Amino acid sequence: MIRVENLSKFYGITVGVRNLNFSVERGEVLGFLGPNGAGKTTTMKILTCYLPPTAGTARICGYDILENPMEVRKRIGYLPEKNPLYMDMRVTEYLEFVSHLKGVPTRRIDEEIGRTIGRCGLEEVPHRTIGKLSKGYQQRIGIAQALIGDPELLILDEPTLGLDPKQIIEIRQLIKNLGTERTVILSSHILPEVSQVCTRIIIINQGELVAVDTPENLRKRLKKASVIHVKLRESTEAHRAGDIVSAVEGIMMVKEAPSEEGTMHIIIEAAPDRDVRNKVAFAIVESGLPLLEIYSEELSLEDIFLQLVMEEEAH
Amino acid sequence: MKKFTAIYGRELKYYFQSVTAYVTMGIFLILSGYFFYSIFRVYNFLSFQAARNAQYAEQLNLIDGVMRPLLSNISIVLLLVLPLLTMRLLAEEKKLGTFELLLTYPVSDAAAIMGKFLAALTTFTIMLLGTLLYPLLLAIFSDPEPGPVFTGYLGLFLMGSSFIAMGTFFSSLTNNQLVAGVTTFGLALFFLIIGWAAPFVGETFSKILSQFSLLKHFDSFSKGVIDTQDITYYVFLTLFFLFLTLKSIESTRWRS
Ligand SMILES: Nc1ncnc2c1ncn2[C@@H]1O[C@H](COP(=O)(O)OP(=O)(O)OP(=O)(O)O)[C@@H](O)[C@H]1O
Ligand SMILES: [Mg+2]
Repeated sequence: MIRVENLSKFYGITVGVRNLNFSVERGEVLGFLGPNGAGKTTTMKILTCYLPPTAGTARICGYDILENPMEVRKRIGYLPEKNPLYMDMRVTEYLEFVSHLKGVPTRRIDEEIGRTIGRCGLEEVPHRTIGKLSKGYQQRIGIAQALIGDPELLILDEPTLGLDPKQIIEIRQLIKNLGTERTVILSSHILPEVSQVCTRIIIINQGELVAVDTPENLRKRLKKASVIHVKLRESTEAHRAGDIVSAVEGIMMVKEAPSEEGTMHIIIEAAPDRDVRNKVAFAIVESGLPLLEIYSEELSLEDIFLQLVMEEEAH
Repeated sequence: MKKFTAIYGRELKYYFQSVTAYVTMGIFLILSGYFFYSIFRVYNFLSFQAARNAQYAEQLNLIDGVMRPLLSNISIVLLLVLPLLTMRLLAEEKKLGTFELLLTYPVSDAAAIMGKFLAALTTFTIMLLGTLLYPLLLAIFSDPEPGPVFTGYLGLFLMGSSFIAMGTFFSSLTNNQLVAGVTTFGLALFFLIIGWAAPFVGETFSKILSQFSLLKHFDSFSKGVIDTQDITYYVFLTLFFLFLTLKSIESTRWRS
């Protein structure tokens, strides 16, 4: 679907992106993750044939972005970061304008607009002026214009930027639904968002690719150890807990953590590929200590991100 | 073609939905009406004089006495008013970012530019047709020759279209409407008065300068003469600036 080869873009001496290589398969929802200035928007502008790359190229649906930009443009829907809209137009009027520009056959335009309005939840506002609608609706209109013409590939630059939490959830759901039937690339610096919506994540920093993988693999890959938390009710016997779990096979380290009044909190580290929860639970219950809860710690994407970026800088 | 029509239609609608178009047109019509009124009063006065002097009366006619001064005054008003019409064409969209989105649709740069240019040209033509009221008034009360009136208007139309092409070009260079408007005005004024230097710069150079002068080429139109050279001049100027606009848009992609 997309094959990016040695893609670089320099703005004068500023690096936009440097030597990007990745590919995206049909039906994937790819998350572009990176801090401010990482080069997410730059990459997207290149893929939409707006900016020519300084070096390298990309093929989208088999067409080269430099040699065949018109064919590429016919196959993508793009939501730019700033979501620029013609504020003076009415919603359907705007979507009709976009339909013409995207070459939707005239007899199919009404149907296309109706379908898109339904898709994006714009049924309440089709005849309102865009400039007078709320930010959330405007964002939907931005996504709607991208969807017009039923493109194979959607490129969405920070689709949830500046929305309230409820709107964010709704837009995410919309993107998730869209992802089931076409290829989507979206950028974000909100990590939970990417891990919820995307099937694969690309992390870039300062214009360079840091990692490409599924959210689960990224987590696994970076897990230095599997960490388990155990909470017990405070009792005279409770101090024995440390010794009891230490005796379980495969445990590397046990330490006590600060805890609430009346409870005791123990953190256990085991080898990364071993699930010792079962054995730990048995050991504690057998010894008759009052077990309150036991859970394994998940690395958050924030941790992953920081870790990757730090590793990169250490090299 | 449908893509071009969509852009053309949107631009035209924008002109007639926004207040600016009506204000611009209003000012244009009021100013040209005022010119018509005062020129006509002067002509009237001269006619009374001529009534007592038969020789003088022979030289006096509506074309030279009213239409020519009126059209040349209108050309000056166009200089002021057309940059107001063209300055937003591309600059506004560049500022809002909608232009970037437009360029990612499967639309050729040429279709986008021509849609915008022709929308401004259409608006201008409607404005110009409004001033036909004055020769019509003349025709009701007297009988001006229709030929020179027609060629005079053709001249204004061609001159206006070259102004509009210039304006489109400057609007493509910046995302600041004011800068686009002022530079258009500056260059158009320069083309209008470039002939002034002609008497002082030696023979060959003088010829070149007057060839470039907008006024010189307009002159024969207002006399009722259609010269292919004059038409070629305006058409060339228009196409030249449209071509520059196309190049400027191509280069924005490379520069930004
Ligand atoms: N038009 C431009 N001219 C000069 N430099 C630019 C331009 N656009 C982007 N840059 C630079 O290129 C780098 C990458 O910018 P880009 O906008 O792609 O980052 P981003 O990942 O989208 O950031 P954000 O999360 O803030 O949107 C930055 O250092 C930025 O300053
Ligand atoms: Mg960005």
